[in-house]
Amino acid sequence: MAKVKMTVNGRQVGSECDDRTLLVHFLRENLGLTGTHVGCDTSQCGTCVVHMDGRSVKSCSILAAQAAGSDIVTIEGLASGGELHPVQAAFKANHGLQCGFCTPGMVMTSVDMIRRHGAALDEATVRAELEGNICRCTGYHNIVQSVLAAAAEMGGAKEAAE
Amino acid sequence: MYATHYHRASSVQDALSLKSAAEDSRYLSGGMTLIATMKQRLAAPTDLVDLRHVEAMKGVTVAGRTVRIGAGTTHYDVASSAALAGVCPAICALASHIGDPHVRHMGTIGGSIANNDPAADYPSALLALDAVIVTDRREIGAADFFTGLFETALVEDEIVTAVTFEAPEKAGYAKFPNPASRYAMTGVFVTKGAGGVRVAVTGAGSDGVFRHAGLEQALSARWSPDAVAGVAVDPSNLMADLHASADYRANLVKVMTKRAVAAA
Repeated sequence: MAKVKMTVNGRQVGSECDDRTLLVHFLRENLGLTGTHVGCDTSQCGTCVVHMDGRSVKSCSILAAQAAGSDIVTIEGLASGGELHPVQAAFKANHGLQCGFCTPGMVMTSVDMIRRHGAALDEATVRAELEGNICRCTGYHNIVQSVLAAAAEMGGAKEAAE
Repeated sequence: MYATHYHRASSVQDALSLKSAAEDSRYLSGGMTLIATMKQRLAAPTDLVDLRHVEAMKGVTVAGRTVRIGAGTTHYDVASSAALAGVCPAICALASHIGDPHVRHMGTIGGSIANNDPAADYPSALLALDAVIVTDRREIGAADFFTGLFETALVEDEIVTAVTFEAPEKAGYAKFPNPASRYAMTGVFVTKGAGGVRVAVTGAGSDGVFRHAGLEQALSARWSPDAVAGVAVDPSNLMADLHASADYRANLVKVMTKRAVAAA
């Protein structure tokens, strides 16, 4: 048991947990941020995707202790002032979900994808980059359309090349 | 997951002392295999020594055609290194197809080769590139490093700190990914350079990554995808499992070799 501290959605947080506690359980159970889901628990499905220090990661495969000191953004941290993030708005406008269980991970994955590729994102790239996220309802078509719409909307959001 | 103790190392020296102080400890890099294995209770180390914050183990440097990749460099950082793409784009392409984007943000080259999964991508690249694996105490040639299934030449507390190689004239990689796991059911990395042609196969050998002399001879005589048409690949030393028979993998070795040469 140790106190794990990190920044989550811009807020400094700290909570006691076992060293074996997974980041996803820390977020859901210690912090009450239940938007990040556990789907498969075997690192396949991507419902647990959050951003750690600006990069998408699977929070079911990272210990909270590994994430100590890092900057975490979850689905709850995307919208600002009651206004949906452009990717969230695009999923809504394009009906990029049915049951919604995979959606937090899909949205976090899409935000990261657009950060890396910007408006140059094409359909084949979106489909390839959704490799780590599983949806059992939509057949992916509207998810792909949502990501492409958001990429077009966000245009110049691609981060400068390293 | 069984209970464990987490320790964060700040340097290679720190990692060595943390490891020696614990009873049954394991080094943790990106954790993309180890954490999953612990969740399944197939591994239960009492202590984990996290290497992810050892800055000296991160980054890619290219000087002329000499490449050095820090062991803590993520697959994403290998895939997106412009300097590396300038001399050996094949290894960038290989890294860009490991797992999925989220796994590539965490998983590292050092973690991958120290684990030496028989279906992992990097072992074939390092063997074909005749790379040197640098550890905290010595340098090991790739041919001596990969010793069997999940087995390497590393001793108990030894840490891989970097890999180095000379970028060859040509290099290419092709894999047939398992449709579910995306691990290589067979992956072939080919190189052509001053030391001749090298063909290294992962995902297929029953004793892990291996070079294929017949394919190397055929490609040395003529560097062309169709040069391998007449080469026989013996299935008797290849893996057979529910995903593919040994005969099927033997055929994949040839097909992936052709594709790798075409890509080089």
